[in-house]
Amino acid sequence: MKAALAAIQLILVGAIAWGGGVSEAAAGSTQLAGEVVVYTAASLTEAFTSIGNLFMKLHPRTEITFNFAGSQKLAQQLALGAPADVFASADVKQMQAAQRSGRIADDGPRIFAHNRLVAVVNIDPTHTVSRLVDLSHSGLKIVLAADTVPVGSYTREFLAKAARDPAYGTAFRDGVVANTVSLEENVRAVLNKVALGDGDAGIVYSSDIDSVSAAKVREIDIPDALNSIADYPIAPITDSKNPKSAAAFVKLVLSPAGQKILAAYGFIPAVQKAQ
Amino acid sequence: MTGNKTSLHPELLRTAGQEPISPFQVRVSRRRLGRDFWYAAIVPCLAFLVVPVLALLFYENPKTILANLDGRQVAQAVTLSATTTIITTLITLLIGTPVAYVLPRIKGWGHRLIETIIDLPVVLPPAVAGIALLMAFGRRGLIGTYLHAAGIDIPFTTAAVVLAQLFVAAPYFIKTASVGFAAIDPDTKEAAALDGASRFATFLYVSLPLTRNAILSGAILTFARALGEFGATIIFAGNLPGRTQTMPLAIYIGFQINLNVALALSIMLIAVSFLVMFITRMLLNDPQRG
Repeated sequence: MKAALAAIQLILVGAIAWGGGVSEAAAGSTQLAGEVVVYTAASLTEAFTSIGNLFMKLHPRTEITFNFAGSQKLAQQLALGAPADVFASADVKQMQAAQRSGRIADDGPRIFAHNRLVAVVNIDPTHTVSRLVDLSHSGLKIVLAADTVPVGSYTREFLAKAARDPAYGTAFRDGVVANTVSLEENVRAVLNKVALGDGDAGIVYSSDIDSVSAAKVREIDIPDALNSIADYPIAPITDSKNPKSAAAFVKLVLSPAGQKILAAYGFIPAVQKAQ
Repeated sequence: MTGNKTSLHPELLRTAGQEPISPFQVRVSRRRLGRDFWYAAIVPCLAFLVVPVLALLFYENPKTILANLDGRQVAQAVTLSATTTIITTLITLLIGTPVAYVLPRIKGWGHRLIETIIDLPVVLPPAVAGIALLMAFGRRGLIGTYLHAAGIDIPFTTAAVVLAQLFVAAPYFIKTASVGFAAIDPDTKEAAALDGASRFATFLYVSLPLTRNAILSGAILTFARALGEFGATIIFAGNLPGRTQTMPLAIYIGFQINLNVALALSIMLIAVSFLVMFITRMLLNDPQRG
């Protein structure tokens, strides 16, 4: 599975690089060199790894190093002065936190992708969930992300909206809260625990479901009216030691090639093709 | 241990003698200078171990930190940590003592095998321990499958917190206690046997009192390690305030939102660990050990 995924990634990156669309970005690549440290929200792990590979292909003298973690943790590390060149956050709040600590310019952040919440249930039907409303059935084990994690705060928003919707009501929200057995520290831990079957259900981003977990979990859609559409901002770090390469990386993420990769990993592209 | 100064290499003593290590001494014997050299040489290591702890204490005004101590989540984390570590220590005493008692009597490769098995959790990254526990006791795990069929689910429960602590911390007790049991003079046990004591009575009235110190120090090590357990807990037991969120987990999550909560809990954890270990050491010390 993993090998297949890696192969797809390679083909994808190769095809995009080969097929042009980034030819103007490739021009002048000879000047860019050195390490670019990209602080990246955990939910972007695969998509950004792929974009990073493309970047290094276009600029062979550069080296992309990722720090994947929950956005709140990355913002905290940035506030404490951790060296970095680019920050890609899973929500605007954590980007603002990084701005407050003076590491990101006021006009730095650009929204580069959107994501939506989806409920996942273990494929093995030992539980009773077939529709979204079933998540409040008593006795279920639900794994959520902690409120400190962006996906966790979007989940709270979803529960609040559901509580106001007569089709779900406060009983639904309270049932889900009562069923919650763990508040995980990042979104991948939520998915893994549902995939392993220790949790019956969880709430993650639709982009998190890769080919590996798709075999072990089933998705249940959360309707638009209740869903919280996550905005992903990206920005270069003001005190970057490699500002040119950092700017080029941000540009690649916002470029059609970068947006195509993000879409391939289940994100909703945020930059119009017209640009 | 450091008392045998005559064993120092002459070159080392000479070098030390050339440097005015103690400004208060004008005329000193070489032996004295040698001792001062060793006293000075312990500073870098001790300072490195102490400074971060002190930095934690001095970062914030104690009042600000105390203001964060009445939080419900803090209280829950402290209570949960206290209960689980005490249970872990008691279980370790119960199931670890037989291992520690029998281990010195086993010879050859069996001894080495058991010792290595006991060492493994100590050297493993706690995250590995957490994943391993999930594979064993998770709902689809090796043993968890049968437990689940019997209606018992371990992950995400306080029992999982105890299991994680037990796995990571029990080896410290077993190793320490086993050294104690190994040190008992076989003649003493023989004498007890000759006096008609049964094997179990010998264990209870001879071996156990003789290894009191080793058993208590081992139990303290296990207690302290269990109190600090983080990696295996967050993976195997998850994180839910009041049920599985121990102090180290609350510190980790707190660090991402409220530095003061994290600081307050960190200081409490350090204070408890330090006091428990130091007081026990004071109580354990025989008069002849000073």
